Amino acid sequence: MSETSAETPWAFGAAPDPEDVLAGVDTRVPEGVDATGLAELCLALGDDALVLAHRLSEWCSNAPDLEDDIALANVALDLLGQARLLLARAAAADPGLVGRLVPGLPAGSPALPEDALAFFRDPDAWHCARFVEVENGDFAHTIARLAVFATVRLAAFQRLVEHPDPVLAAVAAKAVKELAYHRDHAGRWFLVLAQGTEESRRRLLEGLRALWPLHDELARAYDLDGARAEAEVVLDQLLAVSTVERPAVAPYDGPRHTDDLTRLLAEMQSVARAHPLGVW
Amino acid sequence: MTPTVTPAEIAGAVRDPEMPMLTLADLGVLRGVEERDGEVVVTLTPTYSGCPAMAAMRDDVVRDLAAAGWTARVEVALAPAWSSDWITERGRAALREHGVSAPGPAPAHEGPVPLRLLPTARALRCPRCGSAHTQLTSEYAATACTALYRCRDCGEPFPHVKEV
Repeated sequence: MSETSAETPWAFGAAPDPEDVLAGVDTRVPEGVDATGLAELCLALGDDALVLAHRLSEWCSNAPDLEDDIALANVALDLLGQARLLLARAAAADPGLVGRLVPGLPAGSPALPEDALAFFRDPDAWHCARFVEVENGDFAHTIARLAVFATVRLAAFQRLVEHPDPVLAAVAAKAVKELAYHRDHAGRWFLVLAQGTEESRRRLLEGLRALWPLHDELARAYDLDGARAEAEVVLDQLLAVSTVERPAVAPYDGPRHTDDLTRLLAEMQSVARAHPLGVW
Repeated sequence: MTPTVTPAEIAGAVRDPEMPMLTLADLGVLRGVEERDGEVVVTLTPTYSGCPAMAAMRDDVVRDLAAAGWTARVEVALAPAWSSDWITERGRAALREHGVSAPGPAPAHEGPVPLRLLPTARALRCPRCGSAHTQLTSEYAATACTALYRCRDCGEPFPHVKEV
């Protein structure tokens, strides 16, 4: 990182220009599509991906074995990529978005819109679901969250492939392939933990029960064009094979965001905020 | 006489930083090379949403074209989404020569993607000894685009490029 020079040696040679993930993509909002609504939708979908990517990346070097360390990091990387595209799409669709949501962005900031939204936005301006915010818990909790999240998101993204905005539709088409791998990977672990030892099953049930009050909010956020019904069917398949019941707990009714998100962002944003004019 | 190398050949010959046995043309990410207002515009498509190799590919394309005297920039094409089916035959042979198993046909979906709780069934051979006696270790290997297998005959682990 450098605050003074563009000549700083970097992994690929000289420091590159900031990479625009939508370079050359036609980001004009099609006629008949509400640009503000599109931006809000992309922001919510991007925020969920970014926050869960961060949570999953916390497993890096801490997972039960090397393979799963790498698997969770790769899932995190996919979600981070989806987040970058979706935040960039949100900012391009609604040019006033960054100004409204990131009023504290320092003058002369070189940050791309996606970075401004990720690293300089206060917690109350995030649109993510609390389901992805809460801390990881143990491996079983992480697997339960990923299995449910990927199931819900996959069903919604399959519908977004038909979205009238071609940029969101293209991002969704790519993400569907990734989410299918995430869901199946987490689903297999879910089954293994449910049918493994008494201890693994106890931990899985505990993780699922801890997350379940936040499931309804997540499911509603992704209920695009009947996606929820489809996601619930898949979830029931997974639960049935695993002989696990849906936890009988009421939906959580509390503040829009958790303190866990505040702590996550404080850590994630600390370097960028300490060097607000830094070039990466 | 100096052979004329076109911008398309230069861009197509750039190598994937993570799987350097593959050129961008063989990987199937090179979607277009055209001259526009005295500038070469190269269109690339990402393999995965978060593929960190994209930035390196972009910089390498611009650098190699600049070395040949071209001003170039890279644009992104998001649609249609990259498929492992786009890896060329030459690319598949290069993967195998370097101990990487090439992908089978990408799955085609109509309607909801079915939940698969059994290990993905793939008929593949060890790229080292040719044995069909292989075992999946993990669906995620050193890169997001590969799964990790091991050969139960020669005992060696090997990556397999996943079908997407």
